[in-house]
Amino acid sequence: MSTAGFDLRYVARLARLELAPEEESRFGPQFGSILDYFAKLKELNVSGLEPTAHPVPLVNVTRPDAVRPSLPQDEALRNAPAHAGGLFIVPKIVE
Amino acid sequence: MEYEAVIGLETHVQLKTRSKMWCGCANEFGAPPNTHVCPVCLGLPGVLPVANDEALRLTVLTGLLLHCQIPGRAKFDRKNYFYPDMPKNYQITQYDQPSTANGWVEFEFAGGLARVRITRAHLEEDVGKSFHFERHSGVDFNRAGVPLLEIVSEPDLRSADMAHAYLTAMKDILVYGGISDCDMEKGMVRCDVNVSVRPRGETKLGAKIEIKNMNSFSGVRRALDYEIPRQIAVLEQGGRLAQETRRWDDPAGITEPMRSKEDAHDYRYFPDPDLMPFEPVEAWLTEVKARVVELPLARKQRFIHDYQLPAGNAEVFKNDVPLGDYFERVARQSSNPKSIANWVINNLRARLAEGTTLAGLKFRPGSLIELVALVEAKTISTSAAQQVFAEMFDTGKAPAQIVQERGLAQVSDASAIEQFCDQAIAAHPGPAADFKAGKAAALNFLKGQVMKLSRGKANPSLAGEVLERKLKP
Repeated sequence: MSTAGFDLRYVARLARLELAPEEESRFGPQFGSILDYFAKLKELNVSGLEPTAHPVPLVNVTRPDAVRPSLPQDEALRNAPAHAGGLFIVPKIVE
Repeated sequence: MEYEAVIGLETHVQLKTRSKMWCGCANEFGAPPNTHVCPVCLGLPGVLPVANDEALRLTVLTGLLLHCQIPGRAKFDRKNYFYPDMPKNYQITQYDQPSTANGWVEFEFAGGLARVRITRAHLEEDVGKSFHFERHSGVDFNRAGVPLLEIVSEPDLRSADMAHAYLTAMKDILVYGGISDCDMEKGMVRCDVNVSVRPRGETKLGAKIEIKNMNSFSGVRRALDYEIPRQIAVLEQGGRLAQETRRWDDPAGITEPMRSKEDAHDYRYFPDPDLMPFEPVEAWLTEVKARVVELPLARKQRFIHDYQLPAGNAEVFKNDVPLGDYFERVARQSSNPKSIANWVINNLRARLAEGTTLAGLKFRPGSLIELVALVEAKTISTSAAQQVFAEMFDTGKAPAQIVQERGLAQVSDASAIEQFCDQAIAAHPGPAADFKAGKAAALNFLKGQVMKLSRGKANPSLAGEVLERKLKP
């Protein structure tokens, strides 16, 4: 397994996921086998190849700078767990 | 030991577009909360962002004004982090292929010119605005997705004053180019400051301290005026500085460490799969190049050079573009642009401040040239010229007509002046005696009386000569 340097807890924390101990022991090997696939890809010699961000050879997709209607405020807030005074209410942000 | 500060700035500027970066919601300050939002800028699932063409143009235009290279290909990446003001949980930015790179900006500083290198100016998006209440926070996403330009300088700044001068010059350039209104009150310009200190002569950089989220240029200066001596004091007391992020507490006048967010710097950038790269084509670039304007510093230097203006006057015309343009239209046809500048700055500007616009002026630009010529030819005295200007501003009449109607032509007829002088001496024997007794200043008083008697029409230097001759023992 090529999971050396892979820290499951660290990755979970970055994704704001809380893993129970049994999930950790289950996901650890699963991630390991996924990484093994990538280890196989790493065997290919890709020197001299440009990294490809997009498989489709498409560039310059833009729109003109024109205003279009926005959502009504009540519609925008409709899915919010809490709102007040037109604002989305969230747990207090502390720096 | 002597220390020097090494400062680099990351300046965030909201672009002057009608709509947001990835959707058609209005880019407008001050609307009721969450009324300029849609599924795209709220980060709802299943939406597709499409880049605003004008924002791309303004970015490249900035690059051109800052002497940057414009790479043949730019792309957009996702910067991943969690914060309630960021609805998608990532910010779209340009990570390793920005729209512009490697430029410089030149500005006046400490009596000379300073040049600061620009690492890059790249395009990204603004986040929402948070409001903090006692137990909760509230978020308004009207600002989320507004196109934001990040201008990154090299660490070429050396002092708080220099950082302030850089920011002011940068703002002037962006306003000139129509890139941003740079309205600080509306939060259109924000700044992160990177500052370290090192013994003078040392080439290695010290530990970098970042001061986040400054929203005024004077705040940046005050924060640096605090932070630089603080860092030097730590080193002088044998302490060590570690890289950290600090916050400027403006009322208290201090910087303080921000609670370090764990793993805050692991943004896991990757190319945004929803956005295609942008490759500026020749015709598009030509259009953007046509929007390049004369830079503020170049304008000031040109006004000094072409019209022999003092630096102060050129500065006025740099800061007040319409007034400078007006001056230039008139000055081009005048043989005495320096005098034209004085009239425009000392008289016209004062009257404009009362509420008239340049477009609404009653007199023709030629009248200003005529007025200057009348003074130059000594047809009217400078004090009479003030009266002529006032009337020409109010009525739009030509100066020559005003001079004639009001009888303001200067009297250089020796016999008339002799009479005024005799009257003045007779009416004020005291000052006349003072002058005879050697008090030179008394002559000015008598000269003033002559001007008064002639209702401003006497040629003052001639009056002086006559008085002196008459009072000589």
